[in-house]
Amino acid sequence: MAILTHPHMRVLVQGMTGHEGSFHTRQMIDFGTNIVGGVTPGKGGEWISGKPVFDSVIAAIEATEANTSVIFVPPEHASDAIYEAIDAGIDLIVCITEGIPVQDTMRLYDYLKQSNSRLLGPNCPGILTPSGISIGIIPGYITKKGTIGVASRSSTLTYEMIYHLSENGLGQSTCVGIGGDPIIGTSFVDVLEMFENDPDTEKILLIGEIGGRAEIDAASYIKAHMTKPVAAFIAGKSAPISERMGYAGAIIEQGHGTAEEKIMALAQAGVRIANNPDHLVELLR
Amino acid sequence: MLRLQDFQSKHQLQKCGIPTVLGRLAFTPDEVLEIASDLNQPVVIKAQVLSVDRNRSQGVEYAATPEEAKEKASNLFSQKVQGLDVKQVLVEPKIYLKRKVYLGITYDRALGRPVLVASNDRATVDENIPRNAPVDVIRQYIKPILGLRSYQITNIASMLELPRHLWEPFRNLTHGLYTCYTESDALLAELNPLVVTHKDELIALDATLVIDDNALYRQPELALMQEPTDHKFANEEGLNYVKLDGQIGCMVNGTGLAMTTMDMIIQHGNGSIRPANYLDIGDGATADRVAEGLQLILKDADVKSILINIFGGLTRCDEVANGIIKVCSEKVPTQPIVVRLQGTNAPQGLDILRNATIPNLFTARHLPEAVLVAIQKVMVNE
Repeated sequence: MAILTHPHMRVLVQGMTGHEGSFHTRQMIDFGTNIVGGVTPGKGGEWISGKPVFDSVIAAIEATEANTSVIFVPPEHASDAIYEAIDAGIDLIVCITEGIPVQDTMRLYDYLKQSNSRLLGPNCPGILTPSGISIGIIPGYITKKGTIGVASRSSTLTYEMIYHLSENGLGQSTCVGIGGDPIIGTSFVDVLEMFENDPDTEKILLIGEIGGRAEIDAASYIKAHMTKPVAAFIAGKSAPISERMGYAGAIIEQGHGTAEEKIMALAQAGVRIANNPDHLVELLR
Repeated sequence: MLRLQDFQSKHQLQKCGIPTVLGRLAFTPDEVLEIASDLNQPVVIKAQVLSVDRNRSQGVEYAATPEEAKEKASNLFSQKVQGLDVKQVLVEPKIYLKRKVYLGITYDRALGRPVLVASNDRATVDENIPRNAPVDVIRQYIKPILGLRSYQITNIASMLELPRHLWEPFRNLTHGLYTCYTESDALLAELNPLVVTHKDELIALDATLVIDDNALYRQPELALMQEPTDHKFANEEGLNYVKLDGQIGCMVNGTGLAMTTMDMIIQHGNGSIRPANYLDIGDGATADRVAEGLQLILKDADVKSILINIFGGLTRCDEVANGIIKVCSEKVPTQPIVVRLQGTNAPQGLDILRNATIPNLFTARHLPEAVLVAIQKVMVNE
């Protein structure tokens, strides 16, 4: 089972001909992902790793029946790529691109909520289910089949923790990077709900960091709805308090977004807090 | 985040039709005298410093005559405001006001949309209030596709209990604020305070605009206003460098991993050994970018050992290794370097380092091990 991924996924790579796009297309195929093609406007007809490139998402769907898309398009064009995927009726859109302006994401978010598509990211490493589906850039060899669901806001820190779990014999059901941007399509709460309902997941690891209130919202959800054990690691305990965004920011964020606030909220929700990677292994064993 | 100075923010707002007191910039007390003489009325002199939590009453002086303005400006130039040197002041005609309100637009992360925030609360307008202080606040959430609707502004005017004859100018001004917020790619646009003058006019006395760094590519005019500060700068290569107070220079890829590496140094350093700086090389760094980053860390005289922790994803470890070799082959650093490579092309990267046989370079397989070795090298050096 696992979450967000299923055996009938037919994955399209938007931005397939670029430096990152072509490299990670190869990586995803090698991991076992069913990549059916790619899209780069103006490069239709080319081939990357034996897969056809199309000029548009709609043309790619007609030829390949793709239902999932992963986006490696540069930030200036990434929101357009997401709109295109939504309008073409793609079920799951994973946006790896970092650096999309917030004003663009807000308009996009509004549009997304009126569609049937789910967006993961932007600015995320994607999803990986160790049985052979990787949609994004999480290095496949660090993962291991198992029963721990991983949800994270960061990218390289996620790899660090997955690597550490696998090295210590703790496998994963699905690893999900929700993305580091302030506004993202899929939240911690969405992912926690999926893990709670997933028969393949027994325990959950939540990896958070300072800033915003995503972990606080996750804590409220865990307290109210979750029966499976959750362990968490929060990065940035020694980081200085972030610049606050005027008075309006202070009111809307309600809090400083410090590691202490988050750790306290999660601990009160019954989540076990790890101080370092080794401690995490102890908590999840 | 690009935080604009008061005068820069007001200049942007004026372009969107928001009435402000523009004033003129002065760099010396004599210039203040000249401006005050030209204005020929009582003035307010505001120090222009970019502090994060600006207390609005600090660095602000009032003067009745040009001579008094010069004297007070001399004082301002010779002092520090919130730890920062005063290099320029803004001279504006003094406004006589009946009332102050707060009006700002920012975004709500969880709802993914802009929110208009207003308040009559004196604590909001005058003081540097703590984040969780209970205040009387009015909010209107905006649907980006629909934009700010006039009825929402009427709601705010009514809840603020603004006199009805001011509703029309307030509506125009608030529409202007939203236009400025969207068109300048702001993360925050606030008027603090917006005042009602003794002549019953609405004027923005002070303003803050914070611009989204990710949008600077399409805001060339605003991008020019960016100035590097002492402790932090992001250069064109995509390096993010922060100076800290310890002994270990850190190079990491990705914010979360960088923070975790620092947390672990502090945890294991028992308070005496801490990070001297951190440099986030970002995603997909080339050998040249890594070399440039390492040079930057080596320039820091506080650095007693260096920890390079890379978990490759978009970043390839062979590129990182080549960057390290490039620096070390020119001149072998005196400080020990501990390198931990994992992820994309890590075996190739480690081979490159091994074959180069650089003295004083150590490799570690795991992060906890790398942290402990880096700490140990500092203790040996001290």
